[in-house]
Order: sequence, then C-alpha cells, then structure tokens
Amino acid sequence: MQRFKWLVPTLYIIFLMLPIYWLLNMSFKTTNEILGTFSLWPREFTLENYRTIFTDSTWYNGYFNSITYVVLNTVISVTVALPAAYAFSRYRFLGDKHLFFWLLTNRMAPPAVFALPFFQLYSAVGLFDTPLAVALAHALFNIPLAVWILEGFMSGIPRELDDTAYVDGYSFPRFFFKIFIPTIASGIGVTAFFTFMFSWVELLLAKTLTSVAAKPIAATMTKTASTSGYELGLLAAAGVLTIIPGAIVIYFVRNYIAKGFAMGRV
Amino acid sequence: MTLILKNVTLNVGVNTHIYPSDLELRDTGFNILLGTTLAGKTTLMQIMAGLIKPTTGEIWFGGRNVTGTSVQKRNVSMVHQQFINYPNMNVFENIASPLRVIGMSKAEVTRQVESIAEILKMTPMLGRKPAELSGGQQQRTALARALVKRADLVLLDEPLANLDFKLREELREELPKMFENRGCCVVYATTEPMEALLLGGHTACLNEGRITQFGRTGKIYREPENLKTAQVFSDPPINTAPVTKQDNRIILNDKVNWILDKDLHKMADGPYILGIRPHHILPFETDGKSAQIDGKILVTELSGSESTIHFNMDGLSWVSQASGIHAFDRETINSFYIQTDKCLYFDNNEQLVRA
Repeated sequence: MQRFKWLVPTLYIIFLMLPIYWLLNMSFKTTNEILGTFSLWPREFTLENYRTIFTDSTWYNGYFNSITYVVLNTVISVTVALPAAYAFSRYRFLGDKHLFFWLLTNRMAPPAVFALPFFQLYSAVGLFDTPLAVALAHALFNIPLAVWILEGFMSGIPRELDDTAYVDGYSFPRFFFKIFIPTIASGIGVTAFFTFMFSWVELLLAKTLTSVAAKPIAATMTKTASTSGYELGLLAAAGVLTIIPGAIVIYFVRNYIAKGFAMGRV
Repeated sequence: MTLILKNVTLNVGVNTHIYPSDLELRDTGFNILLGTTLAGKTTLMQIMAGLIKPTTGEIWFGGRNVTGTSVQKRNVSMVHQQFINYPNMNVFENIASPLRVIGMSKAEVTRQVESIAEILKMTPMLGRKPAELSGGQQQRTALARALVKRADLVLLDEPLANLDFKLREELREELPKMFENRGCCVVYATTEPMEALLLGGHTACLNEGRITQFGRTGKIYREPENLKTAQVFSDPPINTAPVTKQDNRIILNDKVNWILDKDLHKMADGPYILGIRPHHILPFETDGKSAQIDGKILVTELSGSESTIHFNMDGLSWVSQASGIHAFDRETINSFYIQTDKCLYFDNNEQLVRA
C-alpha cells in the first residue's frame, strides 16, 4: 500500500493538467496537423499562431481592451467597497443587516438578466463600446462581492485598533490610510483577485456592451470560425494567452487567499 | 491634573449603560475601577477618553470642561486588555507613532523612543513587528506607546488580564514606578480585588453601570458602604445570610447566635443581612470571639499554602478560606468558626450599618 501512495495524486494531477497541456500542444501545431493526425506533441512545431496574435492589431487589441476594463473594474470595485465594508463592520445603523443581504442578492441574478437594460442605458448615454461600460456593468456584481469579502477581513480587526489610533492623535482619514488599509492589505489582495477573476472570465456582458472599439479578447476569438473554416491553432494560442493573466494574479495572491480561507470569508 | 465626572450617564437606545456617575480622580497614585465583566469599566474609560460622548453630564479635566472635545485633542493614552499594536509597523514605529502625529523632529523622536524602550527593556525588539513578539512584549510595546506620549490622562483597561501569571506579577510591580512623578492621572481597570489592593491608591467599585463606592482602596475594602461594594471587592465572594437582631444578639438560625460588639448595640431590632469574608470563617477555633456553625463540605480547593472550602449550611452556600492545608472529605459535616468581630451588617437597603 505504502509503495503506491503516489498513485492517486499523480492521476489527479494528470487529470487536471491534461486539458491545459492539450491546449498548449495545439497552440504549437498548424491547423492541418490538429485536424489531420492524432499526436501527443507537435510534429511540425510552429510559433506562427503566436506571431499572428502579437502582430495583428485586431488580436492584440482584444487583450488590451480586456485588461483595460478588468483593471478599471477592479480599481472601481475595491475603492467603492472599502468605505462600504468599513461602515458595515464598524457601525450599526437602521437596516444594516438587510442592506448587507440585499447587496449579496445582486449576485444571485444571472448576468444575462442585466444585459438588455445595460445595453439600452449605455447606448442612450453614449457609453456603449467603451471599456468603462463593461467595467461599470461588472461592478454591479463585483462591488457586493468585494464588500462582503472586505467586511469579513475588517471585522477580524479589533475595534480597539481604531480607538488606539484616535487616542494616539490620528484623524480618521490618516488612521484609515496609514494604519487600517495596511493592516487589511491581504484582504484587499484577495478581494482584488476575486473581482479580477470575475471580470476576466465574464463574457456575456462584455460581448453585449461592446462592438468594435472595446471588443474583448473572448469576442475576438469567435472570428477564428470564419468562412475559410476553423483556425484551431490560432484559437488555442489565444486560449493559452488568456490563461496567463489569471495565473499571474493567482501567483501574487496565493498566500493571502489561504489567509482569507482561514478567516472564513472566501 | 484632576479628572472630574459630573453626573455622567450613557444610554444606548433604550438601555442604560452608565447610570448617573460622579467621580473625582486625582493625579496621585492609581485610580482603580473595580468591577466584574460587563460592569461598565471599559465604557466608563471610553467616556473619560472622549471616544464616547456621554448622554448627559460633564467631564472636567484640569479645570476645563472637555465634554465636547474630541479624543485627538485631549492628550490621552490608553492600553487595552487585548494587545493592540499597529501590525504594519515595527516596534520602533509603534512607539513613535503618537510623536510622529504631533510632528516632533526625527532626532527627538529617536531619542525619546530609545529612552522609553530602555526603561521597558524593549531595546533589542525595536526592529521587530508586533506579530513576532510574545504577549508580554506586545503589551510592553503598547505601554511604551502610552508612556512616550506624556499624556495627562492614562487609561489602562485590564492591561495585565491576558498575560500569564509570572509576567503579570512582574509588570504589576513595574507599573506604579513607570507612572510615578509624571503628574498624570492614571486610571486602571481590573476585575481582581487582589490587584486593586496591591496597586493601592483610590478605588471606584462598579456594578452593572453604577459606581457603588469611591474612596481610598484600603478603606473601601475594610468598610464597604453597601453590600454590592462588598460583593465586588471580595474574592472569593463574600458570604451573606439573612440574620435577625434581638436585644444585643445576632441570630443566624435556631442553633447559632452571638453577642454583638458594643458599638453596634444601638442598632434597631429586626432583620439584617450579614456579610462575612471567606477568610473570617475558619475550619478551626482561634482565640478571639467566634461562633461555631456546622456545614456540609461541598468541595475543597487546595492551592499550595491555602485552602478554600465550599460548604453548605441550611441551604446557604458559603466559602471558608484558611491558610494551611485543610483537606475534608465531601459530604462530611464539619465545624467552622465565624469571627464575629469581623462581621459586617447591612440593612434592608443593603447599606452598611455603622456604629
């Protein structure tokens, strides 16, 4: 038994990594090889797919647009959620618990429900097809999530810390920026990660609210299915590049997320 | 400087947290707030600091009405029961923070922080983060921050409660020396009567948001004005029983009665409440005046050189505390001796009956 204890984890990891490997594998093949033969590694190794993405502006602009609205959304969500979460964790006010619950219920509706009102509203006010339109639409889902996660972290900080700072002579803004925010830095990291991920993988709103100028990468990827047939190699390369930003963010917040789980909110 | 609370109350919604309270706390010796948890010690301190505004009443400090003055402008420092330090700053920056806020020059900050760290034996720890320190060191950091500020009012809210026994003893000894000759008013909250007696000074007893008595610590202990004060200021809790006074005798029950001290003979006949501290009921006979009672042993706690014996007498649960080891078997009947000259008598309004 002892000799085979490596078996189950190994199988599990293979199972998890296989689709990613296959995507990577495909991205270095030509479309002909993908469709023609079954091969575990690229027979005709090519970087042509990646070259197309990095040189064709319709391709790399897709990434650029996606990252723009995702970063914008993350900044908006965290900035708005910080004071809101502070209020929920430190003050008692009329209906505070109901308001907190209502915030969460926003996340229970599927994004598709909001696609039409957003589309109509943004067309009317001239926000349609801008990164800000997508960022604001995603904020509807991300701000409640951010408030909820941050409130958990903030409630873990004893109120006496606030009192101590006031007694030491700190004004509220000075306390908030110099002491409180550094204290919950890991919470902010975790929150930023979750808002980033939601915005990065959300497709429907991003596609509905843009046409040409602010087209996200996921929408660009649909053009591989054109009249000339499927460009599977190109699609695979685009997929690989789409995984990378998420992987980078996860790498930076991996320790904080563990802490967040320990604090019971993530 | 003297801190005066004039008829201070605090209501939160429909609940009263602090009933009308008057206090005059001086800058000589410690001022102790003694009370069980939820007695309102912390709330009263937050009012003194200016963190909470009282519903009614005024707070005067150093001859000035500071009721509406914000905490930042009051020159107060505070140490909490939990070890509260700024987790993102190292020990040096933690201690320096109140000095940085008032814009003191860098050289002066360094000089002051280093001298305070020297007194509190924190010099080797100055570069560390609070999370890397032991509990005692964390609380020393908090104390250093309170000391370095040279505040006029220092509030210590059970600062030793979360420390282990040895550290508590050590810091309790150092504390009065730290604040000596600083001309500041020191308020110290504690739940332990022993700690109040060791620190001396003045004590205010608190019970459920009311100050039951204020005065010199020793005097309050010996002559509690009312039953609540006696109960708060006694550990283990003071023993009480309904008694009747008739002629010059106190009748505890059918079997036990004793002659009152001469100076109490003028007490009117009728029912009273007897209060007797555990160390004035002994499981053996001594010289002096005593009355013998019989009790059924519930449990005996032996703590090294002292025995605490819980026993039952006619439905009353009493405690006896005596030096030496006195081990009794459970459920056995044993004789105890009340030192009748140490008894306190309270009238129907729970006020002490005096000569």
